Amino acid sequence: MAENPIVAAVERPQAVAPQEADFDNRNSDWFIDKAVQILVFLGGISAIVFIIGIFVFITKEGAGFLFADLDIVEFFTSPRWRPTSEHNPTYGILALVVGTASVTGLAMVVAIPFSLGAAIYIAEFATGKTREFLKVLVELLAAIPSVVWGFIGLTIMNPLIIQVFDVPVGLNVLNAGVILGLMAAPIMTSIAEDALNAVPDRYREAAEAMGATRWQVTIRAVLPAAKNGLLGAVLLGVGRGFGETMAVLMATGHSINLPSSVFDSVRALTATIAAELGETAVGSNHYMALFTIGIFLFVITFIINLTADLIVRGVRKG
Amino acid sequence: MVEGSEKVVTAAQNIHTLRPDARVKLEIADLAISYGAQTILSDVNFSIYEHEIFGIIGPANAGKTSFIKAVNRMDMFTSSMHVDGQILFNGRDNKSLRNVYALRNRIGVVFPLPVGLPLSVYDNVALAPRLSGIKSKEKLDVIVERCLTRAALWDEVKDRLDSLGSLLSGGQQQRLTIARALSQDPELLMLDEFSIAVDPVTTMRIEDVLKELKKEVTIILVTNLVQQARRLADRTAFFLEGKCVEVGITEELFTGTVKDQRTRDYVEGRFG
Repeated sequence: MAENPIVAAVERPQAVAPQEADFDNRNSDWFIDKAVQILVFLGGISAIVFIIGIFVFITKEGAGFLFADLDIVEFFTSPRWRPTSEHNPTYGILALVVGTASVTGLAMVVAIPFSLGAAIYIAEFATGKTREFLKVLVELLAAIPSVVWGFIGLTIMNPLIIQVFDVPVGLNVLNAGVILGLMAAPIMTSIAEDALNAVPDRYREAAEAMGATRWQVTIRAVLPAAKNGLLGAVLLGVGRGFGETMAVLMATGHSINLPSSVFDSVRALTATIAAELGETAVGSNHYMALFTIGIFLFVITFIINLTADLIVRGVRKG
Repeated sequence: MVEGSEKVVTAAQNIHTLRPDARVKLEIADLAISYGAQTILSDVNFSIYEHEIFGIIGPANAGKTSFIKAVNRMDMFTSSMHVDGQILFNGRDNKSLRNVYALRNRIGVVFPLPVGLPLSVYDNVALAPRLSGIKSKEKLDVIVERCLTRAALWDEVKDRLDSLGSLLSGGQQQRLTIARALSQDPELLMLDEFSIAVDPVTTMRIEDVLKELKKEVTIILVTNLVQQARRLADRTAFFLEGKCVEVGITEELFTGTVKDQRTRDYVEGRFG
């Protein structure tokens, strides 16, 4: 210990020493605290273990194809997905990737303005009963099963699109994009509204006190404070779009096609797995190719989430 | 440095002329606090004695709040905060304790901004006694009333002890925070600019309570109000730009010779 000038110079006064023992006495509270720390640590670790387990499983199932027969260039650049061909099966997922991407992209075009608008209205403009009613309604919409949305796509959107746009088939990118957009909007609204509600009222009050209108308060004070949460809501929607299976299976037309317009039928990656996995022989190239698609979906989702995380943390590459 | 030490020693001796039996409660030796690569407080050396009110004054960013955090080991959960040197509480280095919660039990802290926990007023004040195992309703009632009275809040809330503490006004929440700190029955009470959200009349009432409390506890009073330090503190330290510039008998800082002209300038309001 370094010499303390005060203590060194005067005669060192006696330090107080009542019941010193409890400083070193690890009582039951201390042990409970440690036990809980270990439990939550295990809980946190287990999530990582499960994710790695899933990745290992799908990689193992797809490995026999992925590292042997797969022509990786053809896999990503060929639009021909003909795994059941007797003589010359081809495994090109380009059309499926484009199908998923186009439907998701259109869904976001539909969902982002709707959900952000709804969230801003509920959180910033609506008051009293209107607000409570809308919140409940949004929660309710988010709970509609995806097969119901697919059903709406098949029976309502399909004839509507044929009629309005005078096209031969109504099961296409437009149909699935709109359906997926409407489907993702409530959950995105809910998350975005939570993000807006988390902004402390003192920000609003400070801006209002300077004479800002409600909209100016929202755009200048609330949105900047909530931007990470809003971005999270949007990326959640993108993730939902990539992962959604049933609704897109029913509404896209499920035909392998590189779309040239929103009126072309397409097929999605997820729908392909769902529709074909039950009909393949376990261990066949087709079976393993479907798992390779699974790996690809896993990696894409991982990249989306990682990007979101980096953006939220404000870390930019390069 | 030698010159400086002599001055500090004078102050230390003075408290013994006032109270010859005063014992060291808190001893600070070569304390340095840094966040990452930035050192925000260094070369702090002084002792705080039992039953004194020890004032810490100084402008913003002088390291006053970080000092308080270091005393009750709140650096533990701030990974970037690093504390060097020694802080001896009752002669024990506060880094050597096997049970840091026992230390915090004995130190009450009041932060500048009021924190009414989202519990009822009663439960806010009864929290610390309950944590330490007191279950009897009668005992808790006594503690709650005594602490709220001392914090000059009892008359305002006695009819609504069940309402949420977080719904009280800012000033009331600050007094609730003080009541909660007292409910721990601390040996050391650290107040960080407690009067920032409290009206002057209530501030005076709490100041009177602090003068009374001095008989039971040791108090560290961090304050922006130089006159508050003058009214309350037996001795005062002046922190400036991450250094402890001066420690002395409060009245001497205001009227006697000071080691450093900056101290005089600050207490007389010429800067800061």
